[in-house]
Amino acid sequence: MSKGDKAAEIRRLMATEGPAIEENTKGFNRRRREAVADLENYEELRTRAREIKEDAIDRLPELIDELRESVEANGGHLYVADDPEDANRYVRNVVADNGAERVVKSKSMTTEELEVNDALEADGVDVVETDLGEWVVQLADETPSHLIAPAIHRSRESIADLFREVFDPDDPPETADELTTFARNRLGELIRDADVGVTGANFVTADSGTMALVTSEGNARKCAVAPDTHVAVAGVEKVIPSTDDLSPFLELLARSGTGQDLTAYVSLLTPPVDSPTLDFDDDETPLSERGSDREFHLVLVDNGRMAMREDDQLRETLYCIRCGQCSNSCANFQHVGGHAFGGETYSGGIGTGWEAGIEGLDTAAEFNDFCTGCSRCVNGCPTKIDIPWINTVVRDRVNRGTEPEGYDFLVEGLTPDEEPGGLDLDKRLFGNFETLAKLGSATAPVSNWLADTGPARWALERVAGVDSRRDLPEFQRETLVDWFRNRVSTVSDPTREAVLYPDVYTNHVQVERGKAAVRVLEALGVSVRIPSMPSSGRAPLSQGMIATAEAHAHDVYGALAEHVDAGRDVVVIEPSDLAMFEREYERFLADASVERLQEHSYEIMEYVYGLLENGADADALRGGDGHEVAYHAHCQQRTLGLEAHTTAVLEALDYDVVTSDVECCGMAGSFGYKDTYYELSMDVGDDLAEQFSTAETRDRTVVASGTSCLEQLDALLARPSRHPVELVAPR
Amino acid sequence: MATTTTNPTISTFEDALDELGVDLTRTAADEFAATLDDVVRDPAVGVPLPFDVAYPDSVTVDPTPAALERAETGVTPASFGVANYGSVLLPSTADGAEPVSLYPELHVPVVRASDVLPDLPEALDRFGDVARENGASTVVATGPSATADMGELVLGAHGPEAVHVVMLDE
Repeated sequence: MSKGDKAAEIRRLMATEGPAIEENTKGFNRRRREAVADLENYEELRTRAREIKEDAIDRLPELIDELRESVEANGGHLYVADDPEDANRYVRNVVADNGAERVVKSKSMTTEELEVNDALEADGVDVVETDLGEWVVQLADETPSHLIAPAIHRSRESIADLFREVFDPDDPPETADELTTFARNRLGELIRDADVGVTGANFVTADSGTMALVTSEGNARKCAVAPDTHVAVAGVEKVIPSTDDLSPFLELLARSGTGQDLTAYVSLLTPPVDSPTLDFDDDETPLSERGSDREFHLVLVDNGRMAMREDDQLRETLYCIRCGQCSNSCANFQHVGGHAFGGETYSGGIGTGWEAGIEGLDTAAEFNDFCTGCSRCVNGCPTKIDIPWINTVVRDRVNRGTEPEGYDFLVEGLTPDEEPGGLDLDKRLFGNFETLAKLGSATAPVSNWLADTGPARWALERVAGVDSRRDLPEFQRETLVDWFRNRVSTVSDPTREAVLYPDVYTNHVQVERGKAAVRVLEALGVSVRIPSMPSSGRAPLSQGMIATAEAHAHDVYGALAEHVDAGRDVVVIEPSDLAMFEREYERFLADASVERLQEHSYEIMEYVYGLLENGADADALRGGDGHEVAYHAHCQQRTLGLEAHTTAVLEALDYDVVTSDVECCGMAGSFGYKDTYYELSMDVGDDLAEQFSTAETRDRTVVASGTSCLEQLDALLARPSRHPVELVAPR
Repeated sequence: MATTTTNPTISTFEDALDELGVDLTRTAADEFAATLDDVVRDPAVGVPLPFDVAYPDSVTVDPTPAALERAETGVTPASFGVANYGSVLLPSTADGAEPVSLYPELHVPVVRASDVLPDLPEALDRFGDVARENGASTVVATGPSATADMGELVLGAHGPEAVHVVMLDE
């Protein structure tokens, strides 16, 4: 798909499916936050779930052997299928052997992956989805747009329209109650006479051969026990060692997905189950005498998973329990849903890992850009998967898989990175922002004037996909490092020594926030240094340029190590750079190095908070005197749990603070500049613009911590925004 | 009401059921038949209970599948209650407890007060022992069947729209 087509598709989905998806995912997300806040041992459960998954995937072949013994001892059959053809052949044979005319199914993403329905329908079998949402998707001939809520993109009205079109009923159902009754009656009839029931499985325990089916409607229970034959289809990664391991997952799954404690039904079936088979025409034989001569087949599917298990970066994807949290908490998903932010089967943040492992990089590449690495999904993942990292890895592999499409020496000259020649020009441009910024500052103001001229903007859009509707950053002639070099410290008897980390933006563009930070630190008795430093690697990392980012990590650590050894604190203004030190550097540096760096690094307002707590004189800073402020914290800062410090400092200095609960104000950073995503970025940002335009907030001074937040807010609001440190800095 | 208790597990169970919108009636063994008679909607079917109680005449015990399909109420034993979630563990048995708990609009699980356990791990521990030993199956049921797929929350999707727990004090 061309970038223009993609932008058009995003626009279409934002208009048609966006509203229903936004309302539903935000509801799930809000209820999840409330539900986990009530859970005393939430973090313990996550830790335990992660440990079980790590162990299970590590020992998977041996667990499958154990499971086979358990299933066979119970009287069932286990088949491990290599790929979709293999799995479908097995299922088709079971269906044919039973002479089945109708198969009823309980929702299963694995069977979506295999396209089991198509395979059975080709054999002339009537296949009926019985989960109400999945049935809607089947009737509309669509694909699920969400892992756990397949029809989340459809409103009640559009479902009513669909039922009218398909069934032309005498008395068309309209309300949710009527629609549900209509569906239940219709599906009830179909289940009644079905020959085979197909389900997925959320978990399968090796010790007993028990499978857990988590549902709310009860359709999985009916599919599993009403027909004489039950076929369960699941990825091999669903196997866990024992029934004792089920409880952390069951306690986390519904909470993470929809915010429920538990879904209505968790079936723990050790098939073949003892329940009698049902023939509702039988009014002679009591249930207890009907017998339970039923057949059970468990089909475990590899389809790339065993290779993912061997892949150090993609392995974590197998810890996914398909709760959908990463979709619900993702600002981009909330606006476009799984039909844009998804591949052939799986969608949302973790979908990239699944699609890369199962379908291949081409499929994953189509929606991989939607993850901006904002990390908003990280703290809510029940098995602590680093979803942004998986997306970065996939992006890197996509970059590397690209064939060179012509060599542009001008751009190549601007891009001294570690990446292969075929990398997309726009990625390369954004990934090398540091070089661009250096050149921009050195030639400012001419560079700013030149970049903003019509022909230059046209060229930028055409060559590098920079949307001409977006204001470009304005490079400052005098960088923060240059300004600081020519300056005399005002601190004679320092309480502490700090290195203020000159991130690319603060150094070249938002120099004022850097100067304000210096004034604040010195006013609180801290001796400040601003050495020239390499950039953190955030920009290349967000383009998937991992080798370049790693090279930066080594350089940055090299440049900071001696300062840390000398007892100096490292103070970081840009939250996304601090997040590099705190999260991604763990991937690049030796454990001892990264620990040392992390132990001594602080976000600027966190550091100010610490100084004030330790007796620094707050009167040295500019007090608010009740001044009204609207504060937006940065997404990665929130993931690190650092947003409260800014609010605390502002309130201690007598500012009247309102904070936004919009967790991400747009597709972060460079993504808002890309013409493919510009409109999505603005749409996502509208939530924040609305929050800061109410009667209570519209006259407040806007402050925000991150560069991308500041830029997005400037694009969205008529009034300017700035970093909180600029507010409190003495003049 | 046969007994009142200050047992914290039981009161947690009561609160959780209340929050789920699930009715609870407590009864003693000798009043069981009369209590159940008040709770069920006709026609009612039930599976034999492994407790020392008698069914009222209003309940057809061990029904045929056709009778099950006609029933408004299904009565089944619950092997355990889970206090903090208001869940009941419904064993799948050869006498049809699974379909009887699922098909009728009203489900009445009968649980002994002494079988109400504090939390899910404890209930799963007990289940795990029997699953490994004899391949037992069970359903952890928490409130009535529900769906949100049609635009808002609706009770009674494929399963019962109402649950009424009868707790047996012994």
